[in-house]
Amino acid sequence: MEQFTVLDGLVAPIDRANVDTDAIIPKQYLKAIGRTGFGATLFDEWRYHDPGAPGMDHSKRRLRADFVLNQARYAGAQILLARENFGCGSSREHAPWALHEFGFRAVIAPSFADIFFNNCFKNGLLPIVLPADTVDGLFREVEATPGYRLRIDLPEQRITTPQGLDIGFGIDPSQKHSLVHGLDEIGQTLKHAAAIRGFEVAHRERFPWLFA
Amino acid sequence: MNAQTLYDKIWASHVVREDARGEALLYIDRHLVHEVTSPQAFDGLRLAHRKPWRVESIVATADHNTPTRDWDRGILDPVSRLQVETLDRNIREYGAKAYFPFGDGRQGIVHVIGPEAGATLPGMTVVCGDSHTSTHGAFAALAFGIGTSEVEHVLATQCLVTKKTKSMRIEVEGSLGFGVTAKDIILAIIGRIGTAGGSGYTLEYAGTAIRELSMEGRMTICNMSIEAGARAGMVAVDDTTLEYLRDRPFAPQGDLWDRAVSYWRTLSSDAGARFDATVSLPAADIEPQVTWGTSPGMVTSVSGRVPDPSDEADATKRSGIARALEYMALQPGTPIADIALDKVFIGSCTNSRIEDLRAAAEVVRGKRVAGNVKLAMVVPGSGLVKRQAESEGLDRVFREAGFDWREPGCSMCLAMNEDRLEPGERCASTSNRNFEGRQGTGGRTHLVSPPMAAAAAIAGRFVDVRQWR
Repeated sequence: MEQFTVLDGLVAPIDRANVDTDAIIPKQYLKAIGRTGFGATLFDEWRYHDPGAPGMDHSKRRLRADFVLNQARYAGAQILLARENFGCGSSREHAPWALHEFGFRAVIAPSFADIFFNNCFKNGLLPIVLPADTVDGLFREVEATPGYRLRIDLPEQRITTPQGLDIGFGIDPSQKHSLVHGLDEIGQTLKHAAAIRGFEVAHRERFPWLFA
Repeated sequence: MNAQTLYDKIWASHVVREDARGEALLYIDRHLVHEVTSPQAFDGLRLAHRKPWRVESIVATADHNTPTRDWDRGILDPVSRLQVETLDRNIREYGAKAYFPFGDGRQGIVHVIGPEAGATLPGMTVVCGDSHTSTHGAFAALAFGIGTSEVEHVLATQCLVTKKTKSMRIEVEGSLGFGVTAKDIILAIIGRIGTAGGSGYTLEYAGTAIRELSMEGRMTICNMSIEAGARAGMVAVDDTTLEYLRDRPFAPQGDLWDRAVSYWRTLSSDAGARFDATVSLPAADIEPQVTWGTSPGMVTSVSGRVPDPSDEADATKRSGIARALEYMALQPGTPIADIALDKVFIGSCTNSRIEDLRAAAEVVRGKRVAGNVKLAMVVPGSGLVKRQAESEGLDRVFREAGFDWREPGCSMCLAMNEDRLEPGERCASTSNRNFEGRQGTGGRTHLVSPPMAAAAAIAGRFVDVRQWR
């Protein structure tokens, strides 16, 4: 898995609460059987005028000028600033795949939906939870300051603003460890294969109907 | 020993190991697989030269992409067909306890066929690459949705790396009024606690109104736990649970059944068990619910009105309401009963079981779909539900009223097949999500119960099913 240590990136704001994974990547693109090709259709319905379909040349579609990620000042953004309950709804991992392929490496919000939050860590995308008023302040600064960047230091769990203000953030130590070292989680779990086998034997003994 | 919640009990019986920080390896008993979120997981397995840990845990079906008519023509969309064929290939290569492929008589929505086959049992851990896996919690199972990387992880290790959540007890005491269903209970709960209210919690639904529900009703409630932000929701075992499971194909038989039942009888929260939060909702206060916005928490009763954003003090919420009303093309203050409809969809893993179809058929019997409704469709949750309904003559009731009677699948809940709303169309839907574009780009979804959807199809607008004649 891709590592995440320190990122200095341009910030783009998406100023609405409850952004669901259907909005992040609509259903028609979930028919793919690979993990790539989702970046061009990230936020498809908000980003383009015409309805999109798999197999289209998305570079030829007409963009909605008013959508934030279509504005020149946010081109190349790597940090998405969002509102409450970001990533709610469907469990589709295509959502973090699309965000990552588009160029995002971190999402900052006051809260995330659980499944989306977990899926981010499997894909080198760092979700950061900050208090709502801190996020509010960042929204004001991003909107007022073209070229607004943040420096995210995961090992130090610190965000630095252009004014040099430091904002600390919390993160689960295991999730941090996996991301900082880019660990293969399955490989890590398989180190405990003997324990899993031992558990399974006892489990079968206790609940034989689960193995019938 | 301390009093334990139902969740505590199932969690404790599945922990392989737990570190000092509370991160656990949780053993998974049942892995449900469908075509959309599994191809990349099987690919990952293949690339790493790994094998599934226990294929007997896998129950698979194709449901999201499959058409709901003209099955003899196969799947016409080549992209959908490739995805379904990829599942066929993966199951052929790796194996499964059971596979219900496209066209099979027992194929259907994964969250309908699992319980129907007895593949979901009390005390199990159940996962699936699908957020509505919470459905299976109705059987006192710990069931939740996972992403594709986790699907691969469970395939390879039979475990998930996870942490224990907090627990919330939701009590619905008293009896439901006439015409009020499980769907109205869960929509009212989401309206109360919000779409993030259950975030970080496992929910347990309790109280007399829950106990009085059938397993179908309990599944409807647990199904939408995710719409309240909770990954899992559950209901304790009682006679209703056991009666549903008896003699199901994958349920234990004979002595093993008796042994299982004596364990299952312990699967409820102990008296005095501690919950991190408790919410109470009197059943008598719950009216038939209708969503008016683009999030399941944007809901009111059928006797209510579309809200006015200017009444909301919080700025983010205010702009959210205004944006939702613009998308839904609704004016503040409009009575819900004045909202006219273009399409009606009865189906989805929330409401496509036999009881749902019976309740809807009761409302439409001997009546006709209104002229302004372009399409009213019933999509049974599985082949078995469909045949049961047909043996009861429900298909005739629907057809004679002007409804389409379709083959099983996810259909217009998420519109991955050709069943969808066109831009601007307004739909009464028994599904679970009213997000922008969920049922088709530009489509407008109102979530309701099966009898409310059926009544709306006949009247051409929302009506209070409690006054239905």
